[in-house]
Amino acid sequence: MGPAVRAGLGMASVALAILLLVGFKAPQDGVVMGAARTSGGSGTSTAGTTSGGTTGSTGSGASGSGSSSTGSTTSGAGKTYDGTVIQTRYGLVQVEITVKSGKVVTVTALELPVGGRSGAISGIVAPILSSEALSAQSSQIDIVSGATYTSSAYAQSLQAALDRAGI
Amino acid sequence: MVRRVEVVMGTVVGVDVRDAIPADALEPTFEAFFATLRDIDERFSPYRPESEISRIADGRLAEADAGADVRFVLACCDHLAASSGWAFDARRHRADGRLDPSGFVKGWAIDEALRYLDEAGLRCYAVNAGGDVVLRGNPQPDRGWLVGIRHPTEPDRIAARLEIHGGAVATSALYERAGHIRDPRTGAVPDQLVSLTVVGPELTWADAYATTAFTIGADGPAWVERHPGYGAIAITADERLVWSPTAAPLLSRGSQEVAVS
Repeated sequence: MGPAVRAGLGMASVALAILLLVGFKAPQDGVVMGAARTSGGSGTSTAGTTSGGTTGSTGSGASGSGSSSTGSTTSGAGKTYDGTVIQTRYGLVQVEITVKSGKVVTVTALELPVGGRSGAISGIVAPILSSEALSAQSSQIDIVSGATYTSSAYAQSLQAALDRAGI
Repeated sequence: MVRRVEVVMGTVVGVDVRDAIPADALEPTFEAFFATLRDIDERFSPYRPESEISRIADGRLAEADAGADVRFVLACCDHLAASSGWAFDARRHRADGRLDPSGFVKGWAIDEALRYLDEAGLRCYAVNAGGDVVLRGNPQPDRGWLVGIRHPTEPDRIAARLEIHGGAVATSALYERAGHIRDPRTGAVPDQLVSLTVVGPELTWADAYATTAFTIGADGPAWVERHPGYGAIAITADERLVWSPTAAPLLSRGSQEVAVS
């Protein structure tokens, strides 16, 4: 799937553009930082640990903390794999996928805490599948129209997650 | 509920089936659905050098010799260009002037692929292709699908909510400063609206009208209304929510009121 996906992902006019929470302006784009969450990808399971889509470390510094849950876990719902952390002018982007029986069932884009922001991460979630995570005035929502994601950062991180999952 | 997601056509496409059918039984239907999208991408993507569109753009293939659906798509694009005063123009919207019907192909491809879901007898499902949505049936006995329109500046919030009993919802928007939408008439990034959502029976047209009306700007929703069955909800640059008459009954309670265009 690699080459075809890469070609498809390069399709800029249907590009993905994620709006990230603007909390930090980085001096350059596209610099790949060390992952703040350790990424497995080898499929090791960690009993009792699940990587939820929108939860994560709470306000610890971004680079190198590595203290939160592993990037690849097995739960009843499938295995999760994290993509690389990409720095953009809006902050950090990392994509997490959940794979079940060789198919991607969830795609979540995570914003990682930068500069000691306190409180739980308000993850940027792929509207397709994580609409239940939108706080959205507490109203019930099945699906969200109008998404999208920064073309290169999201695609890069997603491709890395796919590569780790071997898809 | 059975859910399947793939990355195809440069975006993430998810299918969420609510019919009581086991996942194994749905496998062939999902395969056919995604295979259709991959096939269309190979033939239409301007980023694949050997696609029919690329070969036409290069002059290596005459349009008249292209496949029937390529000619169909280009004819639809030309019609849309004429009826929108060239606010939509697949032949001229790119800075390098290369043919690029992607703004039409994305929605049309989903409608083509949906045939497999419908032919398999599925009656209640949602498809989300990078924020363009098609709904069928009612997810609960007492209500239709509740579709949020993403807030343009607060990513974890919605700006409005629609209740859809079957149909398509497509949104065109600029969520970051460096937009990928350009007005073919001026080369500039449209700046009157931050987001425009079209609702209507078919994603092919909802998607195309959303792209077009967003470029048109403040008069976009009225332009959408010229097409029977299609309505629009827009968020203006000064953060007002506006909607056209066909869209009005679909806005569900709790949506912020503003002006009606």
